[in-house]
Amino acid sequence: MQPKIELLTQDLIDRIMDEAFQLMMKPGIKVQYKEARELLASAGCEIDEENEVVRIPESVARKALERVPSEFILYDRAGNPTITYGGDKVHFDPGSSGVSVLDPETLEHKPADTSDLVRIIKVVEMLPQYDAQSTAVVCNEVPKEIGDFYRLYLILLHSQKPIVTGAFSNDTLDTMIDMLAIFAGGRDALAEKPQAIFDVCPSPPLIWSKFGAGNLIKLARAGVPAEMISMPLAGAASPVTLLGSVVQHTAESLSGITIHQLAKAGSPIVWGGAPAIFDMRKGSTPMGAIETAMIDTAYAQVAKSLNIPTHCYLGATESKIVDAQAGLESGMSALVGALAGINMISGAGMLDFLACHSPEKLTIDAEAIGMAKRMLEGIQARTETLATAMFEGINFKGDFLKQRTTRELFSEEQYLPSEVIDRDSIRGWQQSGRMDTFDRAKIRTQQLLDKYERPSIDADKEKELVSMMEKLAKEAGMNKLPAFE
Amino acid sequence: MSAELFREMTQSILDGDDEVSVELAKKALSAGIDSLTIITDGYMPGVKEVGDAFACGDAFLPELVMAGEAMKAAVAVLEPTMKASGQARKILGKVVLATVEGDIHEIGKSLVGTMLTSSGFEVYDLGVDVPTADLLAKVEEVDADILGLSALLTTTMIKQKEVIDEIAKRGLKVMVMVGGAPVTEEWVQRIEADGYSEDAVGAVEIAKKLVGAK
Ligand code: B12
Repeated sequence: MQPKIELLTQDLIDRIMDEAFQLMMKPGIKVQYKEARELLASAGCEIDEENEVVRIPESVARKALERVPSEFILYDRAGNPTITYGGDKVHFDPGSSGVSVLDPETLEHKPADTSDLVRIIKVVEMLPQYDAQSTAVVCNEVPKEIGDFYRLYLILLHSQKPIVTGAFSNDTLDTMIDMLAIFAGGRDALAEKPQAIFDVCPSPPLIWSKFGAGNLIKLARAGVPAEMISMPLAGAASPVTLLGSVVQHTAESLSGITIHQLAKAGSPIVWGGAPAIFDMRKGSTPMGAIETAMIDTAYAQVAKSLNIPTHCYLGATESKIVDAQAGLESGMSALVGALAGINMISGAGMLDFLACHSPEKLTIDAEAIGMAKRMLEGIQARTETLATAMFEGINFKGDFLKQRTTRELFSEEQYLPSEVIDRDSIRGWQQSGRMDTFDRAKIRTQQLLDKYERPSIDADKEKELVSMMEKLAKEAGMNKLPAFE
Repeated sequence: MSAELFREMTQSILDGDDEVSVELAKKALSAGIDSLTIITDGYMPGVKEVGDAFACGDAFLPELVMAGEAMKAAVAVLEPTMKASGQARKILGKVVLATVEGDIHEIGKSLVGTMLTSSGFEVYDLGVDVPTADLLAKVEEVDADILGLSALLTTTMIKQKEVIDEIAKRGLKVMVMVGGAPVTEEWVQRIEADGYSEDAVGAVEIAKKLVGAK
């Protein structure tokens, strides 16, 4: 039995849906993209063209909901099915689009560059706890115009894992899809076996911008999975109550699905988000707050009641360094997300409101994720009798270490953490240098980097990708692409 | 009599009650009290008290924002008489504020606007995704002292540079302060902005420094 937490009664889910449908009629949804408004109009929505406001009747949204696939698969570069979005399956990937990285020696947040992103990709590739890569940071030394797809280029050259990504504009989305198509064997093949999923954000409250709506439509038509990232910020960009924010999240997601399915019915789409409460002292958006995790848990329950795949942003912290706060916020929230049965949980590795990344934190968070995944396996009856057989010959002595069953089953029963987690005696700890978690993570990160080997990549495809990237970089004024190390 | 009234005004700001603050403004006007005195002795102490409490962590954003709203509502009642008598409320400076073109992140920029307003600046908030040309037109129209530019994306940060270059080209004398998650000290130097801050409290300090207020 996979353990699970739920925060909503069926009655509350019904009320959330009901009020979300009400909001979609009054005040309606602001859709700042003409083509999206036309799609909605053709389905019978009432449009206030001057104010770009669309009233979406429940019947139209319900029809769209019927067409959403309840499950789909992401593939690795070799074409193997690796991640299933749907049901209560749980996967983790690092947070995306950080602007800086934590220098492990000086503890400065320095602008991220190519070598930082490559390090992150390698660490993620090496750690089995991460199911997918993410376009984790934007590289500061390359021209801004190519920043979003340059990240994807680096992942494609260094990794086999599926990718969680996103475009920073309507135009660059096409470039990114074309890059992926090189490896999938064309755009059709990519739609058949997608290797990446794209985040698309509505703007709180109740707005689909040209950028967001445009990319929803493009993704739907390309058949490449879209992941909606609705971000109610409770008390600032959405109602202060957790339920009020969930209602807004529901209305934004339902309207997104309606646009998306009208562009192409049956295209895969995910009910995701990155909500946060709004800190009333600092005016910030804490991703590690417990209430943030509660909003995620609640909206995931709404999605599950509709049979739609889920995503959330948890496992991150507001701390500026990898300290106790980082550990407790990241670990607690990752566990809550896992117990909520959310299909993709993004955020590991991140500090400072998703602005800063740290490979060392990734290695620590991997342990929290390992533990959370162990928790999800639940308690299982692995032996015929639960205990009595194992008491044979024990005779009141603590001799279970001598039993064959112990030897056979301990590694199934126990998640085996890496050296990042200290379970040594005080003597052992002292002898190995009195290190704290961060020191141990630094060592482990370096070990992973040393052990990393670049996966074998089809030489022709690699050549095609590199020449595409070089051409685009040149157009943006960069004549030589940065070296990787 | 007016001392009692001023105390009530201060309280209306502390309570963030714009209905009461407006009522009291009308009452004071009909009692013939001078508009500027009403603002300085009636409402400002309230704004200052909330601002100080916020800075110490004893008051919270909703209180700060609502105090600002109550103040704004009262000033709107008083403004016509002030104008008629040729008086002007003392402001620290005029700030045109916006999120740059291509960027729709709004919350941080608006928070900076709120804090600047409640600290005594006159703020023209142009919203988000604002083209450079519109920004500069507003700067010229109101003769702004400071232009505040918010950018939350590494891809839109370059717009901050574009604006600054354009200001230099046109020879405008407005000072530019910038902010947003990806903005760093290094970037600020590179684009030769006049100031920057990581948060709204710092934004007020920078703005004051730029206009030479203490
Ligand atoms: C909320 C949010 C959104 C919301 C915004 C809602 C709204 N109505 O404003 C929505 C959903 C629309 C959104 C969209 C996107 N976002 Co966004 N977003 C955020 C988030 C989580 C919080 C921003 C926020 O409101 N913080 C709270 C406020 C109070 O803080 P603040 O904005 O930093 O402002 C303070 C200071 O910076 C400073 N300040 C701000 N402006 C100014 C101006 C001056 C003059 C001064 C002096 C100071 C100053 O003072 C403020 C008050 O203290 C940030 C994470 C982050 N760390 O910033 C990502 C973040 C900025 N977004 C990001 C991304 C990638 C996007 C998208 C591209 C996602 C996508 N793929 O679709 C789109 C882009 C849309 C667009 N074209 O603009 C990235 C940027 C990465 C990068 N390298 O550029 C971030 C860092 C998150 C991440 N790691 O992915 N986002």
